[in-house]
Amino acid sequence: MHTVSDAPHMPRSRRVRKPSARGASVALGIVGILVFLILWQSASIFGWVNSKYLPTATDVLTMLGVQLGEGRFWVAVGETLRAWSIGLAISLVAGTVLGLVIGSSRFLRRATHSTIEFLRPIPSVGLIPLAVILFGIKLEGVLLLVVYACFWIILIQVLYGVADVDKVAEDTAKSLGLGTFARVRHLVWPTLLPYLVTGFRLAATVALVLAITAELVIGAPGLGSEVANARSSNAITKMYALVLASGVIGVLVNLGARAIERRLLFWHASVLREVSA
Amino acid sequence: MVLEDMESQARTAGGVPLLSVQKLKKTYSTPGGDVEAVADLSFELREGEFACLVGPSGSGKTTLLKCIAGLLEPTSGTVTLAGKRVNGPTKGMAVVFQEYGRSLFPWMTTRGNVELPLKNQKVPAAARNSVVDEALEAVGLGHVGKSYPWQLSGGMQQRVAIARAIASRPKVLLMDEPFAAVDAQTRADLEDLVREVWRRLGVTILFITHDIDESVYLGERVIVLSSSPTVIQQDLAIDLPDARDQLETRNLPRFAELRTRIYEEIQIAKRGTPAA
Amino acid sequence: MRIMRQLAFTLGLPVILIVIWWLATLGSTSFFVPQPAQLAAELVNVWLGPRLLEDVVPSVVRLIAGLALAIVVGIALGLTLGTVRWLRRLTEPLFEFLRAIPATILVPVLLLIIGINDTMKIAVIVFGCVWPILLNTIEGARAVDQVLTDTAKIYGLNGLRRVRALVLRSATPQIMVGIRQSLSIGLILMVISELFASTNGIGFAIVQFQRLYQIPEMWSGIVVLGLLGLGLSAVFRLIQARVLFWYYGSREGTGDGA
Repeated sequence: MHTVSDAPHMPRSRRVRKPSARGASVALGIVGILVFLILWQSASIFGWVNSKYLPTATDVLTMLGVQLGEGRFWVAVGETLRAWSIGLAISLVAGTVLGLVIGSSRFLRRATHSTIEFLRPIPSVGLIPLAVILFGIKLEGVLLLVVYACFWIILIQVLYGVADVDKVAEDTAKSLGLGTFARVRHLVWPTLLPYLVTGFRLAATVALVLAITAELVIGAPGLGSEVANARSSNAITKMYALVLASGVIGVLVNLGARAIERRLLFWHASVLREVSA
Repeated sequence: MVLEDMESQARTAGGVPLLSVQKLKKTYSTPGGDVEAVADLSFELREGEFACLVGPSGSGKTTLLKCIAGLLEPTSGTVTLAGKRVNGPTKGMAVVFQEYGRSLFPWMTTRGNVELPLKNQKVPAAARNSVVDEALEAVGLGHVGKSYPWQLSGGMQQRVAIARAIASRPKVLLMDEPFAAVDAQTRADLEDLVREVWRRLGVTILFITHDIDESVYLGERVIVLSSSPTVIQQDLAIDLPDARDQLETRNLPRFAELRTRIYEEIQIAKRGTPAA
Repeated sequence: MRIMRQLAFTLGLPVILIVIWWLATLGSTSFFVPQPAQLAAELVNVWLGPRLLEDVVPSVVRLIAGLALAIVVGIALGLTLGTVRWLRRLTEPLFEFLRAIPATILVPVLLLIIGINDTMKIAVIVFGCVWPILLNTIEGARAVDQVLTDTAKIYGLNGLRRVRALVLRSATPQIMVGIRQSLSIGLILMVISELFASTNGIGFAIVQFQRLYQIPEMWSGIVVLGLLGLGLSAVFRLIQARVLFWYYGSREGTGDGA
């Protein structure tokens, strides 16, 4: 039986398919998307859902095309990606550094365990009111949310990575007189890397979701607030188009993160598998 | 008693082969080209026969077993059980795999596992219970009904797998290197267990192994397979006395002759026949 | 003695942090940061009173309902897609896209289609939580051990019965992973849906406090959210230990199993 793990998120394995089978899957996949669009279109046209609340698929897709031509759209996307990247970067650095420090000392690990386990499940969005009070609609408010959530993801991954370092190898390294920095570079880092990269992939998605959410609720500039504006000004079709756009960005971020993961970890045999949405 | 019915079943139908494999061929298509795992293999098993299948590594033994069991579709050729063509897994054939840890359901108790084939055969509860009891007794595990497989040792797990196979009341029992993953002492016990089960119940057994000594010790007949593409290289009758003992039988001069003969055949098989 | 050490480790850092917090706020009347005693008082006053029934219960009920629905739909759909290959290929790209849409951004959309009511909030939670459960169920269904599947076929376990007795059981560990992920997503969506348009709920209460600049009360709400998250994890872990007893048992094992 393959092993399923609770906590360490490991890179996934890839399944290899024969070329003819791949062609068939692509075709089937496209059919699936078309069926969805047809159902959507019908729902609106035939009134299964009130067309005032659900514009047709064709209208929305057209509007999406229009949006892609508008500068304002791209400015908003840029704002979202700015918050996303800065937040992700801060979490990566803070999570890795703190994770390395805590992970290297058994005392620290035990001392911080309860605090980490308490703070972890606090939903980042619960901090929204705080962010509003402290930062209003500024970027810092969005960053607060993004960093709070992603930091824990990275931290946990790093802690597991450091804990996974082979004890025998570590003792050998110490007895050979390798200093701390050398040990980190040659022993800890390679062990840690897969966990870190997977943490990056998970955090990338979460960061995007939170950035957009923060913008939606707080009103900081970005794709999320554009959606809120569209709704309040009753530009329903535009709202739907922007939702689709956020999905596309989400897919791109996801694919990009997975590509980076594959690149960096092509050598890594995945034993544990975890799938996350 | 329910299990003894199997013995009387075996005594009927005199010389008609119970299991017939005719011109079996299995080819795999891989990205690198076609691989012929099994090529033109034919043999027959009488009812109540205990035959061992030996061959070098990579001789398609497992492929052959899966084709016979109906788990794999052969490229050509037929497998017939009691006159009926085998098209898929059929009632009447039970399999004991090498990986006992992976073939027992870990979320079920030992009883639950042994009971599985009976539940699927829609046997009523009372009859099920008695068959399960008998099967567990037959393998010496009457007391572990409520344990979970992972609480048992490797040897015991394999016994549970054997009990399950027995409980399904098969016509043919297929065993795929069942003792390869078990330590030597446990293996000796399990070998004797299989012989005993065979004698008590009269079930037909096709036993696949890479261990030459085991094949001579256990079988009435040893079929030697060639390496890939696999055909039957040799079919030997084992004329050792019926009562087998781990020490005595293995020390008989005839035992040594037979195992040497088979060893030589395997060496020939390993050198490989040129592809047809 | 060991229990004392364990207790020291568990409480050590939190106690130190609380002491620092207390010292830092001693005598200060900071607008943003309440004193520990104050916060504790608010926690009790605000949340153990009528708000328990008016806000906490509706929130939790919606969350549980949404999670339950997401679990049922996710597992049913996941088992189907995990076992029927062409269906999976049909839906894979579509689902890749749909799940990349941040569930929170669907709140305004659902608000429009469904309106301001409990159904909307539960729908949001379902839309967000179903994805990790669905994807993990598919993975689990695909990864059933080959030997186990062969055994099932040989002993006559086929069709829907096989899906229930073999695939579902075998996939349960992976499904639990998905459910755990959906817990945090559900919590987030519960809060967001209440921030937006609600007449009750924990999220609604927190936002109300913020708007009225009742800061200690607002903080107490955030703490309640954290406690809810903790509670959910704890309950989940208990259930998981029960359901997966065989999985943990088989992994420890006697070391003998192949």
